[in-house]
Amino acid sequence: MVSTAYAIAAEVTDPELPMLTLEDLGVLRDVRESGKEVVVTITPTYSGCPAMATMRDDLVHRLTDAGYDARVEIALSPAWSSDWITERGRRALREHGLSAPGPAPSRSGPIPLTLLPTARVVACPRCGSKKTRLSSEFGATACKALYRCAECLEPFEHVKEI
Amino acid sequence: MSHSTPDPNEEHGSVYDGLLAEHDAPGDTSHWAFGTDFEDPLAGVDTTVPTDLDAGELAAYCLQLGDDALVMSHRVSEWCSNAPDLEEDIALANIALDLLGQARLLLARAAAADPSVVPALPEGSPVPVEDALAFFREAIEFRNIRLVEVPNGDFAHTIARLLLFATVRLAAFERLASHRDPVLAAIAAKGVKELTYHRDYAGRWFLTLAQGTEESRRRLLAGLAQLWPLYAELAAAYDVGPEVDVVLDQVLAVSGVERPDVAPMAGTGHTEALSRLLAEMQVVARAHPRGLW
Repeated sequence: MVSTAYAIAAEVTDPELPMLTLEDLGVLRDVRESGKEVVVTITPTYSGCPAMATMRDDLVHRLTDAGYDARVEIALSPAWSSDWITERGRRALREHGLSAPGPAPSRSGPIPLTLLPTARVVACPRCGSKKTRLSSEFGATACKALYRCAECLEPFEHVKEI
Repeated sequence: MSHSTPDPNEEHGSVYDGLLAEHDAPGDTSHWAFGTDFEDPLAGVDTTVPTDLDAGELAAYCLQLGDDALVMSHRVSEWCSNAPDLEEDIALANIALDLLGQARLLLARAAAADPSVVPALPEGSPVPVEDALAFFREAIEFRNIRLVEVPNGDFAHTIARLLLFATVRLAAFERLASHRDPVLAAIAAKGVKELTYHRDYAGRWFLTLAQGTEESRRRLLAGLAQLWPLYAELAAAYDVGPEVDVVLDQVLAVSGVERPDVAPMAGTGHTEALSRLLAEMQVVARAHPRGLW
């Protein structure tokens, strides 16, 4: 059975991708409930993700409102992967004009150097065209790359694979 | 003219006191977009040092890795609003942010392993340990290598520095991901994913500048020649093997660039550039050691 505290924590949204709940983003790792006490465990998407403080504050605020005594802990391992974004989360990204990540690279042995632009098949979330071009591997937040559609000419963001 | 620092301990308080008041529930600072206190980046993480490791050595090593990331992050962030175009401005800011995040975790790990490394602050200071390490140590106490502290040159110089740094650090972090300290191992495993993007970014620009115009190639070669004397110290500090040479030789070969034939810079320690960098980075924190942000 899913606890009430879990249900509340799962509804809190990411401050930078507000169409995603922390559960859909895959950063909500654990909710331990014991009486009125709740310990929520989240994991950062990137080491420098500035949204962590806001996530913590929002979780404590929402759980406090529901009568809980809440604390937020951090899990560093295993490191977050874009593969943890749920199907519902991917739909929400597309509905809000963002392109969802493909499968994260899995490898054994040394990480290969990639001197050519990252090869991804990215469909424009606006018109669906596959004729899209990477503008930059870095965007307005740590987790996104910048693309432009060659068909409808709109720029859009792609959540990066890590 | 200058204003005196608002002192929350003064009887009459300051005009900002009302802003720091809490709502009805204690600890509820939800009226602030980013809260009013610092969150511990290792909250709930088991920071017990494994019994077969020396806590002092682990802390020193984490400081070294953290200081490199902090100082490199500062240099890269100096490009903010100064890069050749908006995309590169954003890319460099993202890279600086990743490195700042790595620095924060590593400095916090160092402090948890050996609290004696953290400088003493005035009583009542809310400054967390990783900030105390970043903002309240003198240049001589920093353990970073000289490659990350020398001043920025042009964009080509930054690309050459980033290629050398990211290539070596990525190779080291791939190994550190199986370090006996599980906290350092987790920080490294996360850093690997970020550094992969940094190395690819630098490698692509290195190739582009080398094979671009006569002027872009001239600038790249000049930047690389200027930085190369500091490469030996970088490679030694990270204790990396031939896998780094394989990657660098690949970039150099496809770019048609020879390894510079210049001797390593003599000496150890720091250049005077670090003092200047720290003066700018630390001035606000040092002026307000009891400040709430």
